[in-house]
Amino acid sequence: MSMIEVKGLVKSFGDLEVLKGIDQNVDEGEVLCIVGPSGSGKSTMLRCINRLEEPTGGEIYIDGELITEKNLDRIRTKMGMVFQQFNLFPHMSVLDNLTCGPINVKKENKADAEKKALDLLARVGLADKADQFPRNLSGGQQQRVAIARALAMDPEVMLFDEPTSALDPEMVGEVLDVMKTLAREGMTMVVVTHEMGFAKEVADKVIFMDGGYIVEQGTPEEVLSNPQMDRTKDFLSKVLV
Amino acid sequence: MGVYLKGFLIACKGIPTTVWVSIVAIVLGAALGLLLALRSQTRSKVLRVIAKLYVDVVRGTPMLVQALIMAYGVPQLLQSMGSDFKWANLVIPAVIVCGLNSAAYLSEVIRSGIQAVDKGQMEAARSLGMSRGMAMRLIIIPQAIRIILPAFANEFVTLIKETSVLGYVGVVEILRRGQLWNASSFETFPAYIGVALAYMLLTIPLSKAINGYERKRARKEAAA
Repeated sequence: MSMIEVKGLVKSFGDLEVLKGIDQNVDEGEVLCIVGPSGSGKSTMLRCINRLEEPTGGEIYIDGELITEKNLDRIRTKMGMVFQQFNLFPHMSVLDNLTCGPINVKKENKADAEKKALDLLARVGLADKADQFPRNLSGGQQQRVAIARALAMDPEVMLFDEPTSALDPEMVGEVLDVMKTLAREGMTMVVVTHEMGFAKEVADKVIFMDGGYIVEQGTPEEVLSNPQMDRTKDFLSKVLV
Repeated sequence: MGVYLKGFLIACKGIPTTVWVSIVAIVLGAALGLLLALRSQTRSKVLRVIAKLYVDVVRGTPMLVQALIMAYGVPQLLQSMGSDFKWANLVIPAVIVCGLNSAAYLSEVIRSGIQAVDKGQMEAARSLGMSRGMAMRLIIIPQAIRIILPAFANEFVTLIKETSVLGYVGVVEILRRGQLWNASSFETFPAYIGVALAYMLLTIPLSKAINGYERKRARKEAAA
């Protein structure tokens, strides 16, 4: 069974139709990369999956369960979200950023949550930063904390919304490395990205979006190395220099 | 010189009442102001209209008029309707009016503080599975408080000064002490200078503390 099932997803902002009917499945353990030009609807699609945007039409199933207004908070605990701008909580230490979800939402006890948080920080290479505040970390470090914060909820799916787009170039690698490890460990991931190298190396499936549609989809080789559609070729010729 | 000192000391006897009324009023105002600010964020149109109307009425009328209505008008109205209602102590309506007043101002301050928190904070909190209320409580409001603290303290300074109108509804605070002494001694100038100094004793250290906090925060943000 698919971990994520998107059926006939439509999203409009006023008169502007951003998604014009998207159907897509993501299987357990699969890594899906979404590429495409700005304004193609790729971030909107990702944000619709965990309802940061309310879909105008269509259905989304997570682990076989239809998302509704009622079960939304519970289903969101199964989905970790990583944002372009990190969105760490600036008034909390790194450790508290990681434990506030588990303690307050999942009612885990403090000691267990902290132990798990320290393990996760070690996994993203930031064990020594637990007591720091987000403002004292570099962009790459902040994004790694944000990934650890999402993982602290023990999600079944991780959603990444252009996780390296706000980073200085020399910090992109450290974040991608964490994501590669996660993919290798079998995490189900949906990644909106401009990093074609990452998509080629890690993705099981790539979709190219433009104008609110999925223009082309397939393996990374099919879509990125041997695209069939003119629109895909045109886009890739501009980003793959 | 002795007469000025006496005027000052007599005015100072009103300080506990003024401070006490101001503190209770600001706490009341902060609690009610927060409720009003959260109301103005809700989707319910009725609640939003009520919150807006309340703010408009309070901000559009002098506090002295509100105090007179609350202290003398309301009991008279209730009595004419057959009740034997009477304020046990005129400080009670005075504190209520001050609280309602600062609530109207603070609700705007709190609302702007909440809106100043980055939108991504709510999204990050919700994506961890927090309800809207929990996200407000744990993530948004703690950050908003830091933003509005100086404006909040300024409102407290304003409130301290505004409690001077409460002498007219029977509260013996700083100004009333001075007026009473003036009436018996006819030392008008020393009496009111003493009153002014007693207010300054409260407001100036507070203003200095606010400025200090703002400078410290500006330095901290520049360093980050």
